[in-house]
Amino acid sequence: MSKELIVVLLVAPLVGFLINGLFGKWLKGNEKLSGWIGALAVLVSLVCSIIVFTSLNGGAAPLDETLYEWITGESFAFNIGFRVDALTAVMLLVITGVGFLIHVYSIGYMHGDEGYTRYFAYLNLFVFAMLILVLGNNYLMMFVGWEGVGLCSYLLIGFWYDKQSATDAGKKAFIVNRIGDFGFLLGMFTLFAAFGTLDFTSIFDAAKADNFEKVFGASTLIIATLLLFVGAIGKSAQIPLYVWLPDAMEGPTPVSALIHAATMVTAGVYMIARSAVLYDIADTGQVVAWIGVLTAFFAATIALTQNDIKRILAYSTVSQLGYMFVGVGVGAYASGIFHLVTHAFFKGLMFLTAGSVMHAMANELDMRKMGGLKSKMPITHWTFLVGALAIAGFPFLSGFWSKDEILHSAWGSEPLIYGIGLITAFLTAFYMFRLIFVTFYGESRVEPEVASHLHESPAIMWLPLAILAIPSALIGLLLGWGGHDSWFHHFTKSVFPEAHHDASGNVIVFMIISSVVGLLGIAFAWTRYSKQVPSDEPTGTLHRLLANKYYVDEVYNALIVQPVKNGSHFLLWKLVDNGIIDGIVNGVAAIVRFIGGLLRRFQTGVVQAYIVSMVLGIVIFLAYYLFFA
Amino acid sequence: MLLSTVIFLPLLGVIAIALLRGLGASAIKGIALVIGILTFVISLGLYTGFNADTATFQYITQESWISDLGISYHIGIDGISLWLVLLTTFLTPICILAAWNSVEKGLSGFMMSLLALETGMLGVFCSLDLFLFFVFWESMLIPMYFLIGIWGGERRIYATVKFVLYTMAGSALMLVGILALYFQNDNSFDLTTLSGTFDHSELLFLAFFIAFAIKVPLFPFHTWLPDAHVEAPTVGSVILAGVLLKMGTYGIIRFCLPLFPDAAEKFTPLIVPLAVIGIIYGALVAMVQPDLKKLVAYSSVSHLGFVVLGLFSKNPAGLQGSVLQMINHGLSTGALFLLVGMIYERRHSRMIVDFGGLSKRMPIFATIFAIATFSSIGLPGLNGFVGEFMILFGSFKEGAFSKVYVVFATAGVILAAVYMLWMFQRVMFGTLDKTNEGLPDLNAREIVVMLPILLFIVWIGVYPKPFLNKMEKSVGLVVTKVQATPAMGQLEKGVPAGTKLALREIQHEKSEKEAEQ
Repeated sequence: MSKELIVVLLVAPLVGFLINGLFGKWLKGNEKLSGWIGALAVLVSLVCSIIVFTSLNGGAAPLDETLYEWITGESFAFNIGFRVDALTAVMLLVITGVGFLIHVYSIGYMHGDEGYTRYFAYLNLFVFAMLILVLGNNYLMMFVGWEGVGLCSYLLIGFWYDKQSATDAGKKAFIVNRIGDFGFLLGMFTLFAAFGTLDFTSIFDAAKADNFEKVFGASTLIIATLLLFVGAIGKSAQIPLYVWLPDAMEGPTPVSALIHAATMVTAGVYMIARSAVLYDIADTGQVVAWIGVLTAFFAATIALTQNDIKRILAYSTVSQLGYMFVGVGVGAYASGIFHLVTHAFFKGLMFLTAGSVMHAMANELDMRKMGGLKSKMPITHWTFLVGALAIAGFPFLSGFWSKDEILHSAWGSEPLIYGIGLITAFLTAFYMFRLIFVTFYGESRVEPEVASHLHESPAIMWLPLAILAIPSALIGLLLGWGGHDSWFHHFTKSVFPEAHHDASGNVIVFMIISSVVGLLGIAFAWTRYSKQVPSDEPTGTLHRLLANKYYVDEVYNALIVQPVKNGSHFLLWKLVDNGIIDGIVNGVAAIVRFIGGLLRRFQTGVVQAYIVSMVLGIVIFLAYYLFFA
Repeated sequence: MLLSTVIFLPLLGVIAIALLRGLGASAIKGIALVIGILTFVISLGLYTGFNADTATFQYITQESWISDLGISYHIGIDGISLWLVLLTTFLTPICILAAWNSVEKGLSGFMMSLLALETGMLGVFCSLDLFLFFVFWESMLIPMYFLIGIWGGERRIYATVKFVLYTMAGSALMLVGILALYFQNDNSFDLTTLSGTFDHSELLFLAFFIAFAIKVPLFPFHTWLPDAHVEAPTVGSVILAGVLLKMGTYGIIRFCLPLFPDAAEKFTPLIVPLAVIGIIYGALVAMVQPDLKKLVAYSSVSHLGFVVLGLFSKNPAGLQGSVLQMINHGLSTGALFLLVGMIYERRHSRMIVDFGGLSKRMPIFATIFAIATFSSIGLPGLNGFVGEFMILFGSFKEGAFSKVYVVFATAGVILAAVYMLWMFQRVMFGTLDKTNEGLPDLNAREIVVMLPILLFIVWIGVYPKPFLNKMEKSVGLVVTKVQATPAMGQLEKGVPAGTKLALREIQHEKSEKEAEQ
């Protein structure tokens, strides 16, 4: 593993972006070429990532090197530099592995789209930014990637820019993320003010020093970690900033799979795992875990009542991200990242299958208009089923291992978090199989003209599905066998601090409980939706509340968006700017003019008038001297 | 000599156009463009020959002018003015090329005004004599007055008068300040000999500061700006936002901070809140503007608020960030005004509601607009981020003022995304209106106008080091002068006030030497 290898790994997607971005006009006639350029660029990164991984796995030392000086002065130095350790390697494999498959899938999915080359340019740019995010050896470089992926997310959500809802969603995503970035920035300022650097190694070493509190004050790290977490809340769509992610489904479905399920949205989890040392010392993990578990539960309840398959998957993503935060929050950093990995596979898979369904159904998303798709789209059905079983925690599939590790660690830290997490697991199994039963089973409710075109997707689309289904099913078993003693924990051991609380209780018991809960959820969904379609109108208050997503968007709009807009327009612009400030400015001018106008009266040019005023003046002066002096 | 050539070459162009204007429009444009480009190329020599290891002025020329009154033609640049000179010589030929087909009447007068303006602006940034500075400062008003007053929009007369009177109100105060300094400086206007503390330094500080604050413009002195921008022709707006506003912030860093450090210290609690209000207020008001130019104008109020904040952070990172942000704002806001001008030439409207879906018809325009937009928002990888980040962390770190202000200023980055992206969405996305279907995309000339700006937007974002390097020492000197560290306070106890500044300079040189070792 060398610096050059990392540069190649990083730059390959940038090259792809530049080719498709600059020469897209000429590539338009040959969209296959454009798509394969995009996919190959990521393949290069994937190969490099595998080399990095194998050399680290073979015992090579982590790499921490500066590429060049970026913003430097006498008292500050921010560099572009890499840090490649086990955590980075895991992220690299997820990003380039899932990323490559999604690029390939997109070649088929985006076929015939007007913005084909633009799509691949953006997608490559995204991979580049995401690689910067995980490769950086300091917070500022992480922030550069962080903003870069935000930009690409904005561009890709609003990819079909003549659709108002799509551009609204893109804008919302960027702005809500900026609120998080506000926290990230202040967190960096706090760290820099204390440590004089933003390099991971220097900060972590200084924080670990014994006299830390004496030098920096106990509150510094608490404030810094909480501010950084605000950034994670935005990027990883947690309460209260999760509102952008469901809307982000306006983008092309492979984008939802790559950016809004597998990679970008997990950046917040990565950030906290990367800062594990700081969260450990500051002991702010509890906050992270609580936000995580509440988001997991809250989003799952919304998912129960939605009928749009991509929205269900989106709320499911919000919910699963909540689990990851529980993991890293309770100090089980490896388990949180483990769930990140398994989730990237099975959720990426499910989004792609949803895309396959849309592809066949003329972009229909409402599952009430589906039903019985199983026979028409067998591969799509089976692969989706694998993903759904994995997320539901079906024994020995990947989600079972990673979720169970998180819940197990949560029990050791705070039983209440465990309880809520377990209920959420039940809800997850339920809403996911509600989706499956309504979409793939039962009578077909597909409209006749759509039904006649109903077909399985072409090989370029179903092959990635089939490939993704394998890790979705097995990777948990392969990496997670043995729980806290598993291969994954060994591989990432050097990166994370020791767990404080030994996982208590018998692992097998936890596994059985989780499995039963998951199976119960599936069974419950079977009883309700195997024959029946969700009603069109919500029944009852609770149902209405959930179907309307707790009215959170409406509340934000009424309490924040509208007041800011109206206040700026009427109060600041019309009243303060035009009324008061310009009123004073123009008022001064008017007074000058008024006085000038008065004085002008005396300058009549009539000699008699001058004489009269002279005489009057003399009389007044004389009178003054005679009577008062 | 090199510096004088750069300053007065445009004036030579003015004379050339005046003499040769009978040759027709293309000759006039040709002369103007050649002179503009030539000036830029020569000014690059200033960059390559500039010694970044010292804070002192370079390329100095000093000739006695009105010796009885202690007035001399004294020019020179340091690492701060170097960049503003280059920004000016860079933007002027771009403006000439941008105005190629848009001037319908009085082409020669237009180009002459533009070139005369360049000389005026360069003079301001290079003057080391207060009198000379004032002459350039005022003389630059005249061509600007013509540019807005003759080639402007419907309410151009109101806007010009407002612009000139606002500025004059400030200049009058500054003139008093300059005279007061003159009498305290052995009847000399020489800036380089000014040192020590001055009587009535607080009043002097205010006299200069208000003049500069109007120019910046700092809230609440900003209301001339939206009117001037809306009425000015495109290149008038570009120069106004790109360079003229920087004369205010330049004045602060050249005069207010180093000459009156104690007064600057005293007024910081008053100025910093105004800067922060400007950041938030400018952004909020920009958000609700229906007119594209007004939106960009108010965004300038917000951006310049950052610059002032950085200047009063009184530490190297904040000040360097501010100087860099002056360049950045010139590039990104200049680009935005150029783009708005290009769409105005096609559609004869700047109202956001008249547009929508332009990406479809004008993909190149949309792409360049997007880059300028994200530069203005402060996306990492583009120029705006580097400056903003340095200003914010510099302000946060040193504690020259409360961190609460920095928190509010940082919130400005959220609002920048709101107003810029909302505007971008309404103009570029959505369905294309029938009336806009015939709009052509950018032509080759317009692309050539935009490309150099884009190049620097990316360059500064990715590799700002060459820019920061050259300014580092000069900014460092200002910081030493303005920053009264406790140790310095000890050193200065019992020392006559007059030698305080000299001591600080010695201290600075010492620390420079130490750094070298």
